[in-house]
Amino acid sequence: MIKYEKFQLPNGLKVIVHQDKSTPLACINILYNVGARDEDPEQTGFAHLFEHLMFGGSVNIPNYDEPLQMVGGENNAFTTNDITNYYLTLPVENLETGFWLESDRMLSLAFSEKSLEVQRNVVIEEFKQRYLNQPYGDVWLLLRPMAYKVHSYKWDTIGKEISHIENARMEDVRNFFKKFYCPNNAIMVVAGNVEPEEVKRLSEKWFGPIPVGPENKRNLQPEPPQTEERSLTVERDVPVDAIYKAYHMCSRYDKEYYAVDLISDILSRGNSSRMHNALIKEKKLFSDISAYVLGDFDKGLFVVSGKLTKGVDMAQADAAINEELERMKTEAVSADELTKVKNKMEASHVFGEVDVLNKATNLAICELLGDAGLINKEVEKYLAVTAEQIREQANIIFRKENCSTLYYKAKN
Amino acid sequence: MQTLDRKIIPAFKTIEKIEMIHASEKRLRNNIPVYAINAGTQEIIKIEFLFSAGMYQQEMPLQATTVNSMLEEGTSKMNAAQIADAVDFYGAFLEVGVEQDNASVILYTLNKHLKATLPVVEQVIKDAMFPQSELETHLKNKKQKFLVNNQKVATLARKRFCELVFGEQHPYGRDVKDADFEKIGREQLLRFYAACYRSSNCRIILSGKVDDTVYTALDDLFGGNDWAGSANIDKGTVPLATTADREQLIFKEDALQSAIRIGKPMFNKTHTDYHPVQVLNTVYGGYFGSRLMSNIREDKGYTYGIGSGLVSLKHGGYFFISTEVGVDVCSNAITEIYFEMNRLREELVGEEELQLVKNYMLGTFLRNADGPFALADRFKGLLEYGLGYEYFDRYIATVKSITASEIRELANRYFDKSSMIELVVGKK
Repeated sequence: MIKYEKFQLPNGLKVIVHQDKSTPLACINILYNVGARDEDPEQTGFAHLFEHLMFGGSVNIPNYDEPLQMVGGENNAFTTNDITNYYLTLPVENLETGFWLESDRMLSLAFSEKSLEVQRNVVIEEFKQRYLNQPYGDVWLLLRPMAYKVHSYKWDTIGKEISHIENARMEDVRNFFKKFYCPNNAIMVVAGNVEPEEVKRLSEKWFGPIPVGPENKRNLQPEPPQTEERSLTVERDVPVDAIYKAYHMCSRYDKEYYAVDLISDILSRGNSSRMHNALIKEKKLFSDISAYVLGDFDKGLFVVSGKLTKGVDMAQADAAINEELERMKTEAVSADELTKVKNKMEASHVFGEVDVLNKATNLAICELLGDAGLINKEVEKYLAVTAEQIREQANIIFRKENCSTLYYKAKN
Repeated sequence: MQTLDRKIIPAFKTIEKIEMIHASEKRLRNNIPVYAINAGTQEIIKIEFLFSAGMYQQEMPLQATTVNSMLEEGTSKMNAAQIADAVDFYGAFLEVGVEQDNASVILYTLNKHLKATLPVVEQVIKDAMFPQSELETHLKNKKQKFLVNNQKVATLARKRFCELVFGEQHPYGRDVKDADFEKIGREQLLRFYAACYRSSNCRIILSGKVDDTVYTALDDLFGGNDWAGSANIDKGTVPLATTADREQLIFKEDALQSAIRIGKPMFNKTHTDYHPVQVLNTVYGGYFGSRLMSNIREDKGYTYGIGSGLVSLKHGGYFFISTEVGVDVCSNAITEIYFEMNRLREELVGEEELQLVKNYMLGTFLRNADGPFALADRFKGLLEYGLGYEYFDRYIATVKSITASEIRELANRYFDKSSMIELVVGKK
């Protein structure tokens, strides 16, 4: 059970405090409710580029990292299609430095031309390093636009193409900041060996004076139901063939999410999973295979991906995956198998509670999903899933016309 | 009411003392040492069985890693699927892994399921069979992963760099080659297993909620003399055969980025200069605000990331700089890497920068000693070298007291361009 307190400043900033006396550290996690899905289709990759710029100095503090390192702290951030999340940890005695730094960059950035120019280059190198110069690195650049025709999930967080990043201008940076980086569009979690009263005082002191921003009214075009099977075959200079299948599923907000997540566990979590046993061990068709949900906040994707054993035919591999998915649709999961994935889920949650930063990030995400208290209810929701719900979801999801398949072939 | 001055950093404290929970030591009946970090608030436990069965000890490539990962693939009583089921059913995690100097088998479990899961670990460790059919599948799949990884410039650079530093036949340098997959067989596995996975070659590290029931269960299952045996695998210290050809390129026609590795052989944790050089390394390339990051990423934008590090191994060690940069700026990046080395040899590190690095290093130490599992990892880092907790006291004292002129002196001693090996994978 993770205990927490919650309050909101008059400017709309939501603050959650979680006290954990077993650590000498404190962490501050600030989640901004903006991700790649909120980007202009002509300026993709912007949310992520912007995350880099958040470290390029703020209105009163020329360098973000240096003062934090000076007080023994460390930080990082990540951008997804749904959110942008910033976090730092420091010795609890120096908690106020974190408030000083985070509040100043929420107040306003320095908007330095030099920082924009450099970070454009850094992100372009990141694009090359992670997406273009890696075997199978471009998979998501191919799969997303296949699965999504309308919704802005059709591009990856890194962006559709390098030119979008090259073309980013300071004016766009300013507008993006004004629109999304305001207290009423953020959730702050302060966790660790902290006193809730002190957190309240520091929050009011440093974040209280920041003016409220415009209301973030997200109005994304929903993806219409897919009605025909989609597929794409590409050839690349990679050593082995691979296959990627993406099915539309419910969103992270939906009550059905828990059953779907368990389906992915039944199929591929651990060496006792179905796909590991059937496709790698028995039929020897794949050298590795996995099934997973992306956890998207809007209607998301269920993905099955695997690398084929040399000499195995793509159609045969595809059929073998389909056979496992069909089984999920027709046969009820046995009581033992269901207990197994539930036990695993429960244990993972307990192990996840060891790390205070992990707890802070999860509290922020749960609050965005509607209620920080969800963090203590998730296990229950998984435990309540029935075999019938699993079969029902499998039937909704694993349909040919709901699937986009990428056949990623090795040259020669 | 006081107005808020946002320009000035709020008052802060530097870390004066770091309290660490120390590991306790007990022995099983058969003398296996059991070290324990009893900490944390959850009812969970991590049990790590550590064997001297790493890359260094193996007779041939793939032997150590294959033995280790095949432990879960069948015992005389259970097949691979049954083992996986028995562990997964209780939500436990069984992890195996091989490093340069050791191999481990780790069980993570809720305390309430220890009784059900530990007997499976006993079988896996004491009664592995290495079934031929499982071995064939395993090697085939492993080779595919090997081929995929060899397409990555960073992986190629990392592997080749160790060959250059230690020598192609040295146990820390010898890299896996295509042909090795044909040479490894069940016989070699059984031999290595029989020599290494023995009570006389085993240490156990516990972390999390450790109580008497844990010791009793361990003693029951692992404390007997049924798995004794003499592990005669000590190679002593194999001499280095560092390359004489200090500048090397592995050309990749279609590379968009080149991986750069520059570095040299170094001493390990037991050397008196190890802590001071850790400070030098942090200034140079050991954190986000380092000289390398500030210049090559944050000023020039040549890369997504660059860093340097010191690697300590039981029988040696090395220093390295690692990055991936656009092929068009590869030569420029290399120039800047040496430029920053020279700057540390010639100029004194500024007082403010040095203070920042010191505070950052102490903060990082605090972070790395937080929670039962992190504390166990810290302890494990001492065990291999026979070091005690005073090692950490020395570290903290060194970080606090080192001066700018000492750092310059170290840079002159160790950051000599002519001693560096320079490897590029891609284009230059």
